[in-house]
Amino acid sequence: MMDAKELVLLVISSALVSNVVLSQFLGLCPFLGVSKKVETAAGMGGAVIFVITLASAVTGVIYKFVLEKFNITYLQTIVFILVIAALVQFVEMFLKKFMVGLYDALGVYLPLITTNCAVLGVALNNVKYDYDILTGVINGFATALGFAIAIVILAGIREKIEDNDIPEVFKGMPIVLVTAGLMAIAFCGFSGLL
Amino acid sequence: MNNAKERLLNGLFKENPTFVLMLGMCPTLAVTTSAMNGLGMGLTTTVVLALSNVMISMLRKIIPDKVRIPAFIVVIASFVTIVELLLEGFLPSLYDALGIYIPLIVVNCIILGRAESYASKNPMLPSLFDGLGMGLGFTMALTIIGAIREVLGAGEVFGYRVMPAGYVPISIFVLAPGAFFVLACLTAIQNYIKIQGEKKGKDMSKIQSGCNCDCMNCGDMACSNRKEETETKNVAINVKAEGRVNSEKKEEATIERTEKQKQVVDELFFISEVKMKEADIEVVDLEQEVSEIQDNKEMDEETKGEGETEE
Repeated sequence: MMDAKELVLLVISSALVSNVVLSQFLGLCPFLGVSKKVETAAGMGGAVIFVITLASAVTGVIYKFVLEKFNITYLQTIVFILVIAALVQFVEMFLKKFMVGLYDALGVYLPLITTNCAVLGVALNNVKYDYDILTGVINGFATALGFAIAIVILAGIREKIEDNDIPEVFKGMPIVLVTAGLMAIAFCGFSGLL
Repeated sequence: MNNAKERLLNGLFKENPTFVLMLGMCPTLAVTTSAMNGLGMGLTTTVVLALSNVMISMLRKIIPDKVRIPAFIVVIASFVTIVELLLEGFLPSLYDALGIYIPLIVVNCIILGRAESYASKNPMLPSLFDGLGMGLGFTMALTIIGAIREVLGAGEVFGYRVMPAGYVPISIFVLAPGAFFVLACLTAIQNYIKIQGEKKGKDMSKIQSGCNCDCMNCGDMACSNRKEETETKNVAINVKAEGRVNSEKKEEATIERTEKQKQVVDELFFISEVKMKEADIEVVDLEQEVSEIQDNKEMDEETKGEGETEE
């Protein structure tokens, strides 16, 4: 277990300095695909925060009490991907039945992030850096928060540049990628925080 | 054997996963900091793709249709694990350089896409060559992107110096932002070719730009039979989001309306209060008058009484 200061540093570094999309390139597909409007981007961000936090808790528990116990840690990739896929399906059913308000807010996004590489990436990173379960959950939450921040900012910029006079060949995806690149430069500035 | 050649060329050029279909963007951007890393990642993916295609093609009659996706994922994840362990044992430097992106090959949509759209419907040998073609196309693309970034960002290709000694490396190209810029230029070139082709009346629908939403559930050529599913999902999202915006607007409207009503009520209340105050004043006046009159009467009566007693 880390002390409070280390945890704060971990949150800053996972959310801003090594941002999951802009410096690790995980979860790029939803980042580029669902960022046309701020509302949908915020919904996606919320769903990602929810799923990643939950998934890092569940995979953390499974790694500690199943994989490590029976000494089969080399199976982590297979186990994690299946657990995450099943978990998201289960969460969707659970929310639909018991938490209708939350389902209305996040439901449509859940099937889209079933096998998002960011979710698997966080689970694998938690193992790689040897985080205990609680630290892993905090790391997952912070990483997902970084994703939400990035996608909402990108959606805001995309709404602004939609009517701009962009060269014909740069219309669509290229200008979004240039925007993302500029955002990545801006996020590089956060490395001075640590 | 003609078929095999056709599959290879299809993967390398006609349906190149990176340049034409724009699939598997996460590893494309993440590991192409140098030509060597791009080549390593590409070959690793090729091995997994070819092996999983063969395995899935062999199992295609056994796997029930309903659980095919989880079954494919297990097959792919097993091969990824095998390749990961081999790399760790025999090529530790590449293993360290690629790091977390090796296990993440599992969620590379090229692999599941080929399993879905080709290997699960075709015999083993064509599936093998399809996997090899796609994998080599991916490798070629990653190596080219890696070489461009390495030349611009470090002045080297595969570690050999190619730029003149006076060249100052633009180091941002080997950092994260450079990946986005290189990809932006690539997609812009792709757009250009598409526009030119459409002007000449060619069918350019094969050229896609970027996968949708989910790394695995890509709505592209490589998994064309999932396309509709993804599209409906996207439509559902947009409809839902718009619905939410509309309902928010409605809420705002109702709030505005109630505020106006409140204002009107307030005004009415104010007016009525003023009137009531006026009425109160009148009442007070009347009361005063009444009391004055009563006083006068009493005075009169008193004076009368006094007069009577005097009489």
